[in-house]
Amino acid sequence: MLRELYEQLKGRFPLGELSEKRPDLAFITLPREQLRPVLLHLRDQEGFTHLVLLTAVDWIEDDRFQLTYLLHDRQGARDIGLRVMLSRQAVIEGAPMESIHDLWPTAATYQRELREMFGIDFPDSPGVNEDFILEGWREIPPYRRDFDTLKYSNETFAPRPGRESQDPAQHMKAQLYPDGA
Amino acid sequence: MTQTNEDLLDDDLIEHAPVKEELRRRLVKGPDGVEFEVEPLRDYYCEAPPTVMPAAYSKIIEGLFNWARAESLWILGFGTGCGAIEMRPLMTPRFDAYRYGIQWRPTPRQSNLFVISGYLSVKTLKRVIRSYEQMPNPKYVVGLGSCTINGGMYFDSYNTITRLDEYLPVDVYITGCMPRPEALLAGFEELKRIVRAGKGEGANQYAERFDWYKANQKRVIHDWDMPDYNW
Ligand code: SF4
Repeated sequence: MLRELYEQLKGRFPLGELSEKRPDLAFITLPREQLRPVLLHLRDQEGFTHLVLLTAVDWIEDDRFQLTYLLHDRQGARDIGLRVMLSRQAVIEGAPMESIHDLWPTAATYQRELREMFGIDFPDSPGVNEDFILEGWREIPPYRRDFDTLKYSNETFAPRPGRESQDPAQHMKAQLYPDGA
Repeated sequence: MTQTNEDLLDDDLIEHAPVKEELRRRLVKGPDGVEFEVEPLRDYYCEAPPTVMPAAYSKIIEGLFNWARAESLWILGFGTGCGAIEMRPLMTPRFDAYRYGIQWRPTPRQSNLFVISGYLSVKTLKRVIRSYEQMPNPKYVVGLGSCTINGGMYFDSYNTITRLDEYLPVDVYITGCMPRPEALLAGFEELKRIVRAGKGEGANQYAERFDWYKANQKRVIHDWDMPDYNW
């Protein structure tokens, strides 16, 4: 079902590959310049009127940030995700990303979050520089994978001594079968 | 938009936190047309630190007070983490905590028991401190769930504290992730015993070790844009 749509879209826009997850859910990777036209086309022509979420993935090994725009078509009960790859290095150096708050106002909130959690800047997005969840944050954005949360937590939050961590599988095995059977 | 406060406020209130728009000194026009200056941090908050509340003059009276306090627990309806969800069955007919003389109030000024219901993000901690300080003495704190004890499953989070008693005096911890309503009831009964025995001294402890608590709080709350004691 979504493959057809993909083929159609491909006739109009240069797209990357398609990855089908379920009959009603697929992801398309596409070049950054195509994002806005494809979003507009999907929203206005194909019935994908709902922006479900906008999120990012840090592919630190490939030096990339992936932005995922997930859209939902209520009538057709199907979802499509658009993936845009950004150069991680460029983002860290402050390269901006285009905002889509004029297509879906809710995007402004996601973009504010991405700015805070990944340091991806959307300069045109309203209120993007205001504190979102973190207040007075001083480190690198915490969702970047090179941020060591355990180390930060231990240094900042006075951990209580005596805490033990166990592997759940091993622990339950020892509990349920104490004689090792 | 924030801005540093150097020229706006002096010295001891805050050192390097940016000051929010609504907290800055400004001119306000009253309904009668008179203009006057408002400095929110000075004018809207009390700057007096908390003081230790001495026990009653006689042991019998203090005992009576403690008995009365134990039977008069008013919870602040402020849920901080997942554990807050367990308070719904507790305050409704299923578990009905009201029959134990425990009730919920919507504002800190009407409550004396703060149930920290689970993990506490730094952002929430700031609101918790403000609410706690507004509660009338004597007041009690119950820490709910592993998160308040040692961080629980959020022990490695960038944004949740791992140990509640660094920031507020805690009377009782209730273990579990999350504790069932029965566990909460048991915890409240335990708290009653503690208060009746005259050991519910959290508020006094807070006043005595005020500097220590403040230092700990400020170590994690970086945008400290309120006076040290706000009530
Ligand atoms: S102890 Fe468990 S249930 Fe309670 S706040 Fe933490 S994670 Fe949630």
